[in-house]
Amino acid sequence: MAGKSASDLRTPLGRARGLGSAKDGTHHWWAQRLTAIALVPLTVWFVAALVAHAGGDHATVAAWIGSPFTALMFILLIVATFHHAQLGLQVVIEDYVHAEAGKVALIILVKFAAAVLGLASVLAVLRLTFGA
Amino acid sequence: MLSILHRLTGVALAVGTLLLVWWLVAAAAGPDAFATAQAFLSSFIGLLLLFGWTFALFYHLANGIRHLAWDAGWGFELGQVYASGWVALAAAAALTAVSWIAGFAMMGA
Repeated sequence: MAGKSASDLRTPLGRARGLGSAKDGTHHWWAQRLTAIALVPLTVWFVAALVAHAGGDHATVAAWIGSPFTALMFILLIVATFHHAQLGLQVVIEDYVHAEAGKVALIILVKFAAAVLGLASVLAVLRLTFGA
Repeated sequence: MLSILHRLTGVALAVGTLLLVWWLVAAAAGPDAFATAQAFLSSFIGLLLLFGWTFALFYHLANGIRHLAWDAGWGFELGQVYASGWVALAAAAALTAVSWIAGFAMMGA
């Protein structure tokens, strides 16, 4: 029978769900790839746009970030970057930190920091879009 | 070697997001805060950090595309793996150089 062998100790329900021991399935892997694909055009735009505004004064840069298209691109970039970064740092921590308490504490710290930094960045962009 | 560089640049870029957050928050806070951020970023240390950040970004981008190709099942022959690794390194170096030449040209313009 397909999917059944002597070495497969999962229950039929466990096999159907396919979530594995981390109870997460392929979600982490897939989210990391989705954000990676999104970040390809976003980062190319970001560097090119920064280069084009190198040396600009505050009024110029603030008006540029606050314009509708730039603000949208910045928010997409920020969300994809911090989501991708915390997923990647989680894997690095899981691979290199073996003390369980330290590992969990570091992962929590990284996820909270990513949320705070990402939200602060989005708020800054929105403030430049809609005014203080 | 290149695979550990992918992780190292990834971690460096994550730390480097602090500069981006600072720059955006400073721009939103007003001209004084923005001038402070710009002064640091255009100092020797700031430029060095930005230069390293640019190379890390382009390397992680090029090698990340290499990883996405592997995920799709392409380029697994040993010869292709070595060749694409050199392409990723060369692309990162070239894109970093082009960005900085263009950036200094903008500053001078």
